[in-house]
Amino acid sequence: MELLVAIAIGALTASGVYLMLRQRSFPVILGLSLLSYAVNLFIFAAGRLAPELPPIITKTAAGYTDPLPQALVLTAIVISFGMTAVLVIMAIGAFLTSGDDRVSTGDAEEEA
Amino acid sequence: MSHLIIAPILLPAVLAGVMVLLRGSLAVQRALSLLGTLALCAIAVRIAQEAGTPQAYFLGNWPAPFGIALLADRLSALMLMLTSGLALVVLIHVLSTDWDRRGKHFHTLFLFQLMGLNGAFLTADAFNLFVFFEVLLIASYGLMVHGGGRERLRAGVQYVAFNLLGSSLFLIALATIYSTTGTLNMADLAAKLPDLPADNTALVRVAAVLLMVVFAVKAAMVPLQFWLPATYANAPAPVAALFAVMTKVGAYALIRFGTLVFPTDLPATGTLIQSLMQPAALATMAVGAIGVLGSRDLPRLVAFSALGSMGTLLLAIAAFTPAATAAGLYYLVHSTLAMAALFLISDITPHRRDGLIAALYMAAAVAMAGMPPLSGFVGKLLVMDALRDNAPVAWSFILLSSLLTILGLARLGSGLFWKAEEPERALSRTAPFAPLASALCIAALGALTLGAGPVMAWATQTAAGLYAPTAYIEAIQLQGVNQ
Repeated sequence: MELLVAIAIGALTASGVYLMLRQRSFPVILGLSLLSYAVNLFIFAAGRLAPELPPIITKTAAGYTDPLPQALVLTAIVISFGMTAVLVIMAIGAFLTSGDDRVSTGDAEEEA
Repeated sequence: MSHLIIAPILLPAVLAGVMVLLRGSLAVQRALSLLGTLALCAIAVRIAQEAGTPQAYFLGNWPAPFGIALLADRLSALMLMLTSGLALVVLIHVLSTDWDRRGKHFHTLFLFQLMGLNGAFLTADAFNLFVFFEVLLIASYGLMVHGGGRERLRAGVQYVAFNLLGSSLFLIALATIYSTTGTLNMADLAAKLPDLPADNTALVRVAAVLLMVVFAVKAAMVPLQFWLPATYANAPAPVAALFAVMTKVGAYALIRFGTLVFPTDLPATGTLIQSLMQPAALATMAVGAIGVLGSRDLPRLVAFSALGSMGTLLLAIAAFTPAATAAGLYYLVHSTLAMAALFLISDITPHRRDGLIAALYMAAAVAMAGMPPLSGFVGKLLVMDALRDNAPVAWSFILLSSLLTILGLARLGSGLFWKAEEPERALSRTAPFAPLASALCIAALGALTLGAGPVMAWATQTAAGLYAPTAYIEAIQLQGVNQ
């Protein structure tokens, strides 16, 4: 299972970074979302992978999984969701005011 | 346990909520915003008076490291005072030039920004630091695009994307640290990291460098500075002036983690961070100075001079000695105020270029470049004095970059104020008090020069506390496995 999770995190990160390097804002936003999924999985795995164990105290439990990373992941999900929403709104604003969704600013265009 | 410690976070949070309800009447918003910022200044001074011994505050009275703790020591208090003082000046400028009429919710975002900044300076928990980083960033996104416009929105998108990437790295670093140590409380980390099993040191080194990369993004250290010039040059000028303290959040976090969590005598990381930071700081200084020389308009020039002064500050921090950190703290206060003064002046120059504005520009430029008699000279002298060990490299970089900054500021200033062209439109009739805020900044710089002795004494005590973190760790009163 460790190997599968590691491959999943690696694949998400690689696709996220690749999309981040595109020149238009839509792929950049997609890349950032993929990257935040990878990060969330990574935080989740930081508490060690323990299948079928409860995170809260019960009388019958054989053992416990670490609940703190799960709480951290919740915070991280909420924050990355909010941030992505802000980025989408700003990208739409930039697209509507300038007519295209290139990421570069004016000076880069002058040089090109 | 004094409840005053949480006030710098709670007060702006509550006021910001009230602002949303009051969006119909700008006059009430302005009055509340001004009162709130004044109260923050008073609270910060009060906290500073008691910060001689670190004061902890446990949220919900949960003992550390299980709950979240806030901690006010001298460094936090210094940053709180700087933030609230700067906020007051920026707010005066906003009120005197009507910037808050150019878009919605300026005061709400402004207060949320202050909440995030204050929280980041007070928290004693690494994950909580991440949360406050996000609070201050999300407010800064709104402030950055305040007033709108094509270039501003595009620069805003770049800024957000860059910072989202930084946040992802931050989380990866925190998860790595948690998986090796099982805690994210800074004092607990400081207590646990020295006894780390040898097979985990590689992971901790990776996490330490990742954390430093994140803080370097915030502090705009080369090669992670690309967001800064476009953001600062395109942001509304008063917002850019407030952002002067945002790069200092990165510097603060570098100091805090570099002295408390990853000190240079920690076996796992050793001088790794120091050896990475020093060349990067030198490069930051060089890029800033060359950028100043190559800028054609004032906002861009100020943005690059901000970069250059961050380079000087980071070089002082990278030495990780008490003397250099004390000098760095003095320079940190100075460079924040000088940067803010220049940004505020750059907001007035398109409309008004009379003798008063020219004199203010000259004073701010003298301070920024580090010429006598203002505090830039004192600050740079202190930094150079503290870096005697590395004198050939450090001194030549500081002196050469100062020379280039002087050249750039003088060239742009003479072009700006001695040209026969008339300013676009007269602002002096509608905003007679526009130069007040920048004059206040210059006055503060003058006070910092005259009071260099007491300020430096405070900074020396702060640095001494940072390099002997026992008091900090004891104030957190770690429970459970640590006893």
